[in-house]
Amino acid sequence: MDKNFAARRRRDLIIAAVLAAIAALTPLFVKDVVVQNVLILTLMYAGLSQSWNILSGYCGQISLGHALYFGLGAYTTELLFTKFGVLPWFGMLAGGTVSALIAMGLGYPFFRLRGHYFVIATIVIAEIGLLLFHNWEWAGAAMGITIPIRGDSWLKFQFARSKVPYFYFALVLCCIAWLVTWWLEDSKWGFWWRAVKDNPDAAESLGVDVFNSKMGAAAVSAFLVAVGGSFYAQFVSYIDPESVMGFQFSLLMALPAVLGGIGTLWGPVLGAAILIPLTEITRFKFGGSGSGVDLIIYGTLIVLISLALPRGLVSLFSRPKKTGATR
Amino acid sequence: MTALLETRGVWQRFGGLVANSDVSISVGRGEIVGLIGPNGAGKSTLFNLIAGVLPPTQGSIWFDGEDVTKMPAAARCQRGVGRTFQVVKSFETMTVIDNVIVGALVRNTVMREARRKAHEVLEFTGLAARADVLASDLVPAEKRRLEVARALATEPKLLLLDEVLTGLTPTEAQTGVALVRKVRDAGITVLMVEHVMEIVMPLVDRAIVLDLGKVLVEGKPNDVVRDPKVIKAYLGDRHAVGA
Repeated sequence: MDKNFAARRRRDLIIAAVLAAIAALTPLFVKDVVVQNVLILTLMYAGLSQSWNILSGYCGQISLGHALYFGLGAYTTELLFTKFGVLPWFGMLAGGTVSALIAMGLGYPFFRLRGHYFVIATIVIAEIGLLLFHNWEWAGAAMGITIPIRGDSWLKFQFARSKVPYFYFALVLCCIAWLVTWWLEDSKWGFWWRAVKDNPDAAESLGVDVFNSKMGAAAVSAFLVAVGGSFYAQFVSYIDPESVMGFQFSLLMALPAVLGGIGTLWGPVLGAAILIPLTEITRFKFGGSGSGVDLIIYGTLIVLISLALPRGLVSLFSRPKKTGATR
Repeated sequence: MTALLETRGVWQRFGGLVANSDVSISVGRGEIVGLIGPNGAGKSTLFNLIAGVLPPTQGSIWFDGEDVTKMPAAARCQRGVGRTFQVVKSFETMTVIDNVIVGALVRNTVMREARRKAHEVLEFTGLAARADVLASDLVPAEKRRLEVARALATEPKLLLLDEVLTGLTPTEAQTGVALVRKVRDAGITVLMVEHVMEIVMPLVDRAIVLDLGKVLVEGKPNDVVRDPKVIKAYLGDRHAVGA
């Protein structure tokens, strides 16, 4: 039994390594900038969704306000860069830290809420954050911040001529989020989180520190999402409140995980690999933003998949367990 | 030697309702103690006070020579109080072994150690064959057993069993009784809430009868079942006369 378990974890790691290697080679073949763009976004959302999954999937605290952390990562990095000349690499870490601290600060009152009340609180808080940035003159208010282009450089993490460096960064980000999840899955925290999700009262009776479990999950989740936000800001080189803190980001982090399999190791990657290209392709094909055709299409898809596979797409890959009762 | 568990003048009020009034009981090391009483006697409340679900309105609770009155459930678990729930609370999306690992992590910080401990407990409780099955796929009797396994994995000094034998078939109940004996033989003190008298009485060393939130009688099971006050509490005045 223990051997099976260890073998399964090793197998996951090998599959991930193979997939990452294949992904790493794609820029050699894919020269089309539009396609590269889709690939970058897919990897980014896979990483984001994987991070969201830590708090909402494993620990069961459904957040629809993760856009806040995404935006905080973007703003921290760019404010530090444009106002103080701090390199984006440090800005990224600063953004992650700020987000993790804010996530814990918010967790302090809100982790006392359960179920729907918690979800509503996350939405409201993210909207408040959005409004604050809308009115914060020093941070550019509704005008946002344009990141000055100072030539391609890894040091300043900006590339105008090629998207390939961004591709590799997104790949690394995705791999890190996956590895963190993989590692945490077989740790005390991973077990605590799943116990808290399934039954907080029982968890408490088994010595689980329920409150701090949630705080830990929130911090890790927010940190990684903020790093994603920093990346995105550098990638698009212009940010305003709507474009990095809008509600759609919260949804686009939650949907891949839900579609692929919430609270599973592979769910977010699988979900993002299907959902993000689909979003981008439909948006591209049906032209013009605001038509909402892409939203209709993947809305329908999610309804269909959740009806057919309530445990997400990953359930297609797991072999059915023998459940004959021994009596 | 001091008692392992002691409640001193414990009161619990819910608004105007007095669930426990001035309850002082003690449980010695290595005992199996039955906490019995008719419905509404305050058994479950007392049980939850001991487990640390809520603090008593008044009075104090001592465990292993320490005042744990204000200590939350998780901290009491670390001190050595294990419990099961009357309405089973399995981690449904987790496998049986993973359920038990959660408990084992209290005393084993290294995952490999926790996993080994969990396997050991599954062997002990007779669930080893079901280790990789999801908790949601277990039959009710197995879920009860899993509750016990999970609590045992925390390596408690005192195991609190909340109606683990209720609602089982006679065969299942007998297996349950055997397990409780085995637990005591492993050196763990047991306090069990139960209202199926014919199963509990042969099992326990001592019975404490609660009625209307107070300790009515306590003593050897044989004496307790013959006590007129107990018969009156369970069956009413008419039956008490003939006893």
